[in-house]
This record gives sequence, structure tokens and C-alpha cells, in this order.
Amino acid sequence: MRSRPSRSIAPKAERLPDPPARLWRSADPKRTYDVVIVGAGGHGLATAYYLAAEHGIRDIAVLERGWLAGGNMARNTTIIRSNYLLDESAALYGHALDLWERWPGELDYDFLLSQRGVLNLVHTEQEVRDARRRAFANGLNGIDAEFVGPDEIAELCPILDVSPDRRYPVLGATWQARAGIAKHDHVAWALATRASEFGVDLIEQCEVTGFVTDGDRVVGVRTSRGDIAAGRVGLAAAGRTSELTETLGLRIPLQSHPLQALVSELLEQVHPCVVMSNHVHVYCSQAHKGELVLGAGIDSYNGYGQRGSVQVIERQMAAALELFPIFARAHVIRTWAGVVDVTPDASPIIGPTPFEGLFVNCGWGTGGFKATPAVGRVFAHTVATGSPHPLNEPYGLERFRTGALIDEHGAAAVAH
Amino acid sequence: MLQIPCPWCGNRDEVEFRYGGQAQVAYPEDPVALSDAEWAEYLFVRANPRGRHAERWVHSDGCRRWFDVVRDTATNEFAS
Repeated sequence: MRSRPSRSIAPKAERLPDPPARLWRSADPKRTYDVVIVGAGGHGLATAYYLAAEHGIRDIAVLERGWLAGGNMARNTTIIRSNYLLDESAALYGHALDLWERWPGELDYDFLLSQRGVLNLVHTEQEVRDARRRAFANGLNGIDAEFVGPDEIAELCPILDVSPDRRYPVLGATWQARAGIAKHDHVAWALATRASEFGVDLIEQCEVTGFVTDGDRVVGVRTSRGDIAAGRVGLAAAGRTSELTETLGLRIPLQSHPLQALVSELLEQVHPCVVMSNHVHVYCSQAHKGELVLGAGIDSYNGYGQRGSVQVIERQMAAALELFPIFARAHVIRTWAGVVDVTPDASPIIGPTPFEGLFVNCGWGTGGFKATPAVGRVFAHTVATGSPHPLNEPYGLERFRTGALIDEHGAAAVAH
Repeated sequence: MLQIPCPWCGNRDEVEFRYGGQAQVAYPEDPVALSDAEWAEYLFVRANPRGRHAERWVHSDGCRRWFDVVRDTATNEFAS
């Protein structure tokens, strides 16, 4: 029994779908595949899904060192939006949002996509100018965005304190009504279910440790469960990407950092949308079950331990209280961290590598979840055809050599 | 929170410091002689190991000294 996609925007507690029976086959690795995807997170699973659905490739293994969707897919703050400044970003994230809207029907799985809208708050005159510019740029790229003032903000999100006497008064915001949240785990399970139906092998507890090469050609992967030959290999390994590419002497401009988030206890539904603020630096929404979900920037140092420092949590809570006085008595129930791979221009790297048969999708830093459907589509195209889809053409490794950077530090909305 | 060994002040809380990334990255002696690929490598590519990492910190809220230290990026232990 599958429930139908829901599109509720009203801030009321929603019942999660009943836990289903087994959704996908757990497979043991075969010795050879047409395509091996490294990493069974959202990006890896979406890539496998589109390889099967759009390119007719069915002989695929998705290899995961831990458990399916147990990395950053389990740790993100579930926000979906496409209000990025630059053309290349607007095209990619805009495509992702279009696909998000199609996915509940296409995947026939209700993962509680809730298009409740996102407010990106601004607190200084310069930020007001930047936000207006971003709203205009979004409009030119066909992305719904408008600049709103404090009165409209108070209507959209009554629990926000927009009084002018705050230390960091809210002067305005960009509003993207199509933005929202989705249940991250269920997104992964939906993709795993469909990929498995296509015959894709989803293999957990199988850590890729290196590659089998023939000259400058990658012809397989070395894993904790033996070598596996592959016609083509696609990396979707987030924070652990450089560890793998280093084994080939391939150096990619990535730095792996902890990125923390936290949740409160379950509370009544009080928060109707998603609110982000660069200036006081926090982003916050309320999950379907009722937890307040908060995130902020990365820890400054490189770290692989899936843990961060307490002052980062302390600061994002202070920022949240500045915006939402009503949260003063809420408790932090859990904090956690993922390992995110950050690039110099805060944009991802999606494309071929100097090694034939090896393709990378990495460098998503703090913003990978929202892009999941588009990543799956363009990375599948890249792996299947050997060359980039028009949407990821600007995102190749060569941009660091040519200087054609896609500098999205502003719209990433997260401190890097 | 990390306890960072400042060579001047001893172990202090991380909030007093700023991170400076990989240590001992020398400016190219003859930048003009570098190819675009070599220059990009110098500009953008830094070590990103899971394990021992030689890195820089500055004790910005303390003695203001820059220093190098080796930290394990998986365990956050500093090498003595």
C-alpha cells in the first residue's frame, strides 16, 4: 500500500507514512558491473535511478561503506530551494526544484515534500541591496523570488521578531514560495526502491578503498569485499572523495569540514516556513513531527570525525533566539555533524576526470540535498555518455585552471 | 571544543583562535614560470587527509602568534 503524495503547506502535524515492508533488495557484490557508483547517499542513489530510468543501464552497483543514506543524507536539514544568484547555479538548482515537484508522482512515494516557502532574511542596508539583486537575477532566470519587507515577513512567519529595536533588525527578505522541506530518509528510500526494481544492486558494508587501473584508465574498484571490475565508476562520496582520488595521485580542490545541525524536542507546529539568515547566521524550519531543525556554518577546521565544536552550536542557538524569541524555552535534544567537502568557489565539481572511466560528483559542501534530483540526472548523463550534460558543463574540474569559477559564497547562505 | 596548544600560551580554547589551513605551503619562487595547471594547484589545492594534518592556527584573541601544529583530522588529537 502506498500513500499518495501530499502537498500540505498548513503548519499542522502530519502523520508520517506507515513504515513499509522491505523496500529494496540487499545485494552481495558481483565481480563485474557496467557501472559502479561509490556512495549510497541521495546523489549516488539518484544517479543509479536515472542511469536505469533514462539511459537503460541496469547492470549497476551502488557501493556504500556504512548503511544506505547514513552519511550526509541522514544529517542534512532537509531544505530545498533554488534561489541562487548565478546563471549556472540557477539553472542547476532550478532544474532540481522542477524535478522535486515531479518526484512524488514519478517515484510513486510520498516523502512529504512540503513547499512551505523560504525567507532569506537581511539585516543591513548592503544586504538589502544584495537581496534585491538576487531576487531580480532569480526573476530573469525564471525562478520565483520576490523581495519582501518586514510587514510581509510578519505575515508569512508570525513568530519572527521583526521589530526595529532588535540588535539585528530584520530589514527585509527574499521569499521563494516554491521552496520547502522534504523527509530526507524517505527520499533515499524512494530512490532505493525504484533503483532496486530496475535491478540495481545496492550493496552496504562495502567500503571502496581504491581503484583498479590500466594505464590512465580506471577499470574497477578495490573494496573491503574484494575487487570489482567496472566499465565506468562514478564517485558520489562527499567528504571522503579526496581520500579516494589521492590513491590515484589525482588532487581535487576539496577541504572536508564538519557541518553541524541540531533539533529540539517535539513541539506544536508554530513555524510555517523555512527561515535563513546569513547575518546572524542560522537556518531553521520545523519538521513534520514537530522538532525545530537548526543549522549554520561549517566548523573552520578540517575534520573527518562527524563531530564539531560546541561554540558553533551555541552561536546558532543565539542567532535563532535573536530571530525567534518564542524558542527561548525549547531544549536541544540532539546535535550531530556530517563531513562536507567544500570547494574554493562554494560550487560543486561534476564531470570527467583525467582518468578515463572515472567521473566525480563532489564539492557540494553544505548544499547537496536540495540538488539531489538534478545531480542524479546530470551525473547519470555524464557517466552514461562520457561527457557532461549542458547543466553540469560549467562545473568541471578544469574551471580551477581556466579561472571560470562559479563563486556562490553568497547564495550558499552558509558560512564557508 | 578543541584545546589548541599555542606555543606561547599553552593549551587554550578553540574560540581564541582562527584556522589557517595547511601549513608550509610556500609561495612559488618563480610564479611567471608556472603553467596554468601548476598555478591552479598552488592557488586552490590543499592537502585534505583523514589522519595527521600539518596545519596553521593564529591565536587571534591571545598572543596573536601564528604557528604550525599537527592534528589528526579523524580524532582531533594534536601531536605533542
